[in-house]
Order: sequence, then C-alpha cells, then structure tokens
Amino acid sequence: MPMRIGRAGHDIDGVFTWALEPSAPFAFEPGQFNMLYAHGVGEVPISISGDPNDFSSLHHTIRVVGNVTEALAALEAGDEVGVRGPFGSTWPLAEASGQDVLFVAGGLGLAPLRPAILSVLTRRSEFGQVTIIYGARSPTDILFRAELERWRGRFDVTLEAIVDHSGTDWYGPVGVVTRLVAEAEIEPEYCVAMLCGPEIMMRFTARELEQRGLEPSQIWVSLERSMKCGVGLCGHCQLGGTFVCKDGPVYRYDRVASKLLLRGL
Amino acid sequence: MQCSPGSQSVLDAGGFERLLALLRSDGFVLVGPIARDGAIQLSAITGIEDLPRGVGDEQSPGRYRLRPREDDALFGWAVPSQPWKKQFLPSRLDLVHIRRKGSALEVEPAAAEANPIAIIGARPCEVAAMRVQDGVLRDGPHPDSDYAARREAAFVLAVNCGTPSGTCFCVSMDTGPRAKAGFDLAATELMEPNHRFLIEVGSDAGARVLERVAATPATDGDIAAAADLVAGAAQKMGRALDNKGLTERLLGNLEHPRWDDVAERCVGCGNCTLACPTCFCTNVEDSSNLGGDVATRTRTWDSCFALDFAYIHGGSVRPTLRARYRQWLTHKLATWVEQFGTSGCVGCGRCITWCPVGIDLTVEAGAVGEARG
Ligand SMILES: Cc1cc2nc3c(=O)[nH]c(=O)nc-3n(C[C@H](O)[C@H](O)[C@H](O)COP(=O)(O)OP(=O)(O)OC[C@H]3O[C@@H](n4cnc5c(N)ncnc54)[C@H](O)[C@@H]3O)c2cc1C
Ligand code: SF4
Ligand code: SF4
Ligand code: FES
Repeated sequence: MPMRIGRAGHDIDGVFTWALEPSAPFAFEPGQFNMLYAHGVGEVPISISGDPNDFSSLHHTIRVVGNVTEALAALEAGDEVGVRGPFGSTWPLAEASGQDVLFVAGGLGLAPLRPAILSVLTRRSEFGQVTIIYGARSPTDILFRAELERWRGRFDVTLEAIVDHSGTDWYGPVGVVTRLVAEAEIEPEYCVAMLCGPEIMMRFTARELEQRGLEPSQIWVSLERSMKCGVGLCGHCQLGGTFVCKDGPVYRYDRVASKLLLRGL
Repeated sequence: MQCSPGSQSVLDAGGFERLLALLRSDGFVLVGPIARDGAIQLSAITGIEDLPRGVGDEQSPGRYRLRPREDDALFGWAVPSQPWKKQFLPSRLDLVHIRRKGSALEVEPAAAEANPIAIIGARPCEVAAMRVQDGVLRDGPHPDSDYAARREAAFVLAVNCGTPSGTCFCVSMDTGPRAKAGFDLAATELMEPNHRFLIEVGSDAGARVLERVAATPATDGDIAAAADLVAGAAQKMGRALDNKGLTERLLGNLEHPRWDDVAERCVGCGNCTLACPTCFCTNVEDSSNLGGDVATRTRTWDSCFALDFAYIHGGSVRPTLRARYRQWLTHKLATWVEQFGTSGCVGCGRCITWCPVGIDLTVEAGAVGEARG
C-alpha cells in the first residue's frame, strides 16, 4: 500500500500533481479513484488523473482544501504515501465506442476526466466526433493548460474553453460553461456525454444537454461525497440506495438525476 | 440423543447451565444479558446465575424500566438496552499501525483479539439484525475481514420471545417472535409446569454441542407449549408498521411536510443509530504516538445524525436535521431494500424506546405521505 512519490509538480494555485511509482504494475479504469493516506492525519478519495495505459506511473491531481490535502501537499518526491485502490465505477468508454463523445469539465473536474480523454485519444479511430468543453474560474485557474493547448491543436478534437472572469492573457469567451454546451456542435442521437465538475455545474450542463435532445441515459456524471472506507462499508457516501464509492462515483445521469435535484439527500 | 438441524429437545435449568458450561469449555467467551443499573445490558457472563432472573421490562416511546415478574424466568424481558452489534462491529477498533521511517511507511495490522464469543439469548429480531449486517459488512465485494472473522467464530444461541414490549413490532417485519434462521440453537423458555427450555437445532455446530449436554427429546406437549408462547407474543406486539407500498410512499414523498414536523422534535442526538442493531456506519481516526512516527488508524461507530458525517468541501451534504432524519428513516425502511434486498429495520423498537423525545418511526413512516388534515 505505501507508494513512492516519483515526481511532484505544481499545476495552478493550490493544486499539484503527483506521479507515484507503484512497486507492481498498477491497472485502473478511467473514472476510478484511490484512497490516499497522509501519515497521522487521514485518508481521502482522490481520482486518478493519469494515462490508463501507463501501468508504471500513477497520477493524482490534488487541490489543497483541508487537513489531509494540506498534509499531502507537504510531501516531496521520494516520500511515501499510503495508497488503497483503485475503487469505484468507470467512465462508459465501451458504451461510447462508435459514438460521438462530449467531455464537459469544470475546474478540477478535468482531472478525473483526463484518463478517459487520454484513452479516447489513444483509440481515436473507434470514436466519432470528440469535443472537450472546459470551464474555469479565471485564466490562471485553467488546469493542464499546456496539454489543453496541445489537444486544441489536433484536427480530430474540438476543444472550447471558457472562464467565469477574464484576465489579461485571455482572448476566449467569458461566462459559464453551459453557454459553450448550448453552442456545441453535437448530434444528439449519436452522443455520449461525460460531465465532471461541481454538482451545480453538472446539473445545469445536463439540463442544457437534455434541451439539446440528449436522453438522460446518454449523460454520465461523477459525484463527490464524504468517503472513509472507499469500499461500501462505512456508510459515509450513501446516496439513495447506493454507495458513491462502490456504485459511483460515475453514474448514468438518469439513475441519479432525481437525487441531485433534491436538496439534502 | 441424536441431534441434527431442525430437531427439537428439552433442557431443564440444570441442562441449560450444562450447555453454557460446555460452550465455555469449548473456548467461547459467553456474552449474555444481565440486569444492571436499571436495564438489561449485555455483558460477559459465566453461567445462568448471571442472567436476569424474574425481571421483566416496560418500554414505550422515550421510556424504559425494569419491573419484577411473578415467575423466575431468565428471559422474561423484551430486548436489552444495547444491540449485539458491538460483538462483531466493536465501537472502537484499531485497524493498523503505520510507522514512518525516514521517507518510507511501514504498515502493520493491529493485533486482533482472537477469543470467539457465544451469544447467549439473542432475540429473533436481533438474530435477523445480524443477518442484515452480514449483508452489508460481509457479503459484498469487499468484506470487512475483522467483522467476518468475528462472525464466523461466534456461536449464536437465540431465545424466542414470550413477552414483547410496547415498542416491539417484529411481526410487521417478519423477524419474530420466533427465530427462523441464523442461529446455532434457539431456545424457548417454558415456565409451566416446570422451568425448562425447548431447544431447536439450527446448525451442525449447534447439534454437536447439544448432543453432549444430554438433552431429552421434546414431547408434543413441549412443542405445543412453545408454539403457544410465541403465538401469544405475536398477539402482544406493542406496535405495527404498515409495510404495504412503504418504499414507494416514502421515496415518493421526500418533500412531505411531515419531515419538517419531525425535524422540529428531533434533537439530532443519534441515540437511535447507536441503539439500532443494523446501523453500521463508521469513521476512521488517526492518532499518533508522542514522537509522531507511529500513527494508529482507529475505526469508531459514527452516526448519520452528526453534522460533519457528510462533509465535503463547501459544506455538509445534509445540513439540516430534516435532511438527516429523512436520510435515516428512508435508508432504514426504503433504500435499504433497493441496496441489500431486505429492510434495514427488524422491528426491535430500540430507536423508539431510546429516543429522548420519543420519536416513533412507525408513526413517522405512517405519517409521511398522508394528506395533511
Ligand atoms: C470520488 C472522489 C474523487 C475525488 N477526486 C479528487 C481529485 O482528483 N482531486 C482533488 O483535489 N480532490 C478530489 N476529491 C475531493 C477530495 O477527496 C477532498 O477535497 C478531500 O477529501 C478533502 O480532505 P481534507 O482533509 O483536505 O479536507 P477536509 O478537512 O475534509 O475539509 C474539506 C472541506 O470541508 C470543510 N470542513 C470539514 N469539516 C468541517 C466541519 N466539521 N465544519 C466546517 N467545515 C468543515 C473544510 O474547511 C474544507 O473546506 C474527490 C472526492 C471524491 C469523493
Ligand atoms: S430502526 Fe429502530 S426498530 Fe428498526 S431495527 Fe433499528 S432500532 Fe430496531
Ligand atoms: S430521532 Fe430521537 S434518538 Fe434519533 S437523533 Fe432524533 S432525537 Fe435522537
Ligand atoms: S466510502 Fe465508505 S461506504 Fe462509501
């Protein structure tokens, strides 16, 4: 379970990415997460943000928000961290095969989608149109900016980014991510949409996509809940008759929509 | 005498004592009911002299007391104040010690105590609750190994019910007053004309022990007397829960005004979750030694009534008592069925008895979805 941090890199303010070095090949499916343990402080769920075809290096992208993430941020390359996983459900790449794929990410939500995006790009010919829509608070909050630029440079990918508040180095659109969703070129019958970001952003995006003609069963979302065990034993992540750690975090939207539309479930 | 699952025999009080002694000599720690501090509690026991002789109980919403019985029954009360779950899911358990050596981490499992326990006198609803917890903690894709080991090692002697309390409703939940499965031996305590126990064998382990106690075969009279006793108990249920269409009614009324009403009475103490034999939620805490190089991860019981239970960045997912009570009740009675194929409630009545403000889930469940009158 302990794993060495190979590389630790700063991404944007308050966010860093690790490349861990598993002692044995580490296989996972896009959308899954690990429980990461900071010695003496605690353990938190963090999505895997790296390439699923790379078994020798395990990536996590982490935002510092509280005790455990602060303690993780204090670790350096060479230190060991506790890792349990991979856990949870996966992005529907099999279902998406042969279809157009639409990724909609908000803020740090790009990290859990990245393994799915990398998989789709690796097997690019199996999919129709690939569209990535990304929304961030401001230009300095754009995660993986260099990689987004690279993806945008490809002829077989459409990438649109938007920020809530512009800054000096921003010439793109300003506003909420749903604006780009409303304008995206999609063929509703042949599209699988994968959404990751704040719950409110996913709700509004899903609503926009439904207005564009997608069925809720063509939309997938990744949910965040409190998690202590990661394996369906502790009850913290209960959502209706499911455990988000085990039945999620990735859900088909029609299976959770009613739960997300009601407060406090 | 030859015993096998399903067979029935009779032990007198001396035979029952021999049975307990045999279990002890087989290496089991006996855990059973005792009368202490005005309540039936669960404790390590050595034999029948520790059991609550001639004691009954009275339970109603928010109220519990012991009362003397007119006979010398040992199991003449309804359910003990505490559930049995801590025998299998301890309220505090050290999981691992993690040592930091320079930049490396070393994980050692925390040593588990190995003594198998014999449960003496679990009620049918409580045996049913053990099976409900098995469904959550043992039978899924990631079993809790500590729970599974404790459960596997344990011997379960159930005792059927003759004197239900005012908060019991096992008949509604189909879990009692007679244990149908999930035990090694099930006893029915009979007082007339003489003190004896009809013993039903539920497993090979139960049969093997019973064969060594020299039980006598049950007569038709013994069997009829035991059947009468539990049939009488079934008539004396303190409460009832109308299960028909319950799941749909609760989940179809998540915004019903009754949730606001109960939220005004509930104080969020979490007593109901502590007292409930099926509630399984836990937290894990870290503590460190003085030098900070050895951290211990300890699992503790948790409650969905705690405000920080569902905390994520940005706040609690269930910030109001209305949301937390609704979560508890709908999980017990509705979403549990979706998730595990059984109700999460076995009708033991503890959450009603031990609620400081006397909230009664059978009443709340009945009122949710009712037209306001
Ligand atoms: C499946 C899944 C995948 C995830 N993937 C990622 C990922 O890839 N990257 C990532 O960065 N994060 C991810 N997260 C979120 C991450 O798990 C949390 O940010 C992390 O658990 C925070 O832990 P912490 O100890 O640092 O913060 P905590 O101390 O738990 O604090 C979290 C927030 O809640 C507040 N808070 C906590 N307790 C209280 C309280 N009692 N009262 C008031 N406020 C309180 C804190 O102030 C803080 O804002 C994921 C979560 C899930 C469920
Ligand atoms: S919900 Fe109440 S009555 Fe049902 S099993 Fe739990 S404590 Fe007993
Ligand atoms: S229902 Fe009663 S026992 Fe449960 S949290 Fe509310 S006040 Fe406490
Ligand atoms: S995190 Fe423990 S049940 Fe999901």
